[in-house]
Amino acid sequence: MSLFETSTLVVSGVSAESSVGGAIATRSNIFEMTQLAEAAVLRPLEYGMFPHDFRATLAYRIAARAGESGLAEYYASSVGDKFNLAESIMIEGEPESTLIPFVDKAANATRDIVAEDISKLKAVGVSDADIVRLCELIAFVAYQVRVALGLRLMNGGA
Amino acid sequence: MSKVLHKFTRKVPKWRPRVQPVKLDDATPTQLDALQVTPSNTKVSEYVLTLAHDVESLKVRSPLFNAIMYDNGGMSRTERELGAIAASMVNRCIYCAAVHADRHAKLSNSTEVTDKLLARGFHAELSTRDAAIFNFARKLSESPPQANADDVEALQKVGLKDDEILDLILSTSLFGWANRLMHVLGDPMQPDEDL
Repeated sequence: MSLFETSTLVVSGVSAESSVGGAIATRSNIFEMTQLAEAAVLRPLEYGMFPHDFRATLAYRIAARAGESGLAEYYASSVGDKFNLAESIMIEGEPESTLIPFVDKAANATRDIVAEDISKLKAVGVSDADIVRLCELIAFVAYQVRVALGLRLMNGGA
Repeated sequence: MSKVLHKFTRKVPKWRPRVQPVKLDDATPTQLDALQVTPSNTKVSEYVLTLAHDVESLKVRSPLFNAIMYDNGGMSRTERELGAIAASMVNRCIYCAAVHADRHAKLSNSTEVTDKLLARGFHAELSTRDAAIFNFARKLSESPPQANADDVEALQKVGLKDDEILDLILSTSLFGWANRLMHVLGDPMQPDEDL
């Protein structure tokens, strides 16, 4: 995968020929590491209670709610035919009914998170390791959303 | 007994995890490798031991963090810290804001900027350049992000080049990541010496 084929650069719409391509090339190591980080949180070997499709569905949800439609579509397409299934499963039952509000709050209302939000996850059986895995996923996508938007703005997009 | 801090400060708090960190004695070889624990280096923070629950993420995030905040060229380290502070204030990560306000003060040999930010928050009156940087970083950090083309133009008007704007986007976004770990997974506590 070349630098401008990394997913963050693809969804931001910047290319090597764009006016900001030169600046991006000077930070190629950062975009390559960003791609490795994406693999680590979306497609880890040790995925705990969150399989890869479920992670991609959460990433879709976070990106969509942040208004990053290109990134959201990227994650939706990575799930393929299973996407609708994953979307319907995760809004019903435990621990999903606790997980999803947590994901939304940590992603979009970070400042309002309190200790009780973590206690609620523990109460429905989410292990400490899975809480950390979930936060890493949320946090990475929040980063990727902002890098993609920032690059698009730099490149003259809205 | 320590108490949880709710106000921004430049004095770095202690961090108390809300989950049980990995115990060094129980760590797997992969975790020890990611933690870079060697016989001569066994000091690992509670925060890093917490993140060791997801060793694949930890291993890639640390070098990425260092590259974004410390690599040569582009935006000055001091101004990258301003992006980190703005994100941390938006997300109310007291711990991250303190660490990076302290770093900003040390790198700039002045507490003037962070004194203003601590006193007046988003209403602080900063220099034209710092104000454009802080405003862009604040808006990029909102959920959903609010930064727009006018904010980028404001950065260009105060003299920022593309490589500096890119570094600002990266450092600000990185703290969107760091805040969602530090603020979500733990509490900032009053330092022992203040008790």
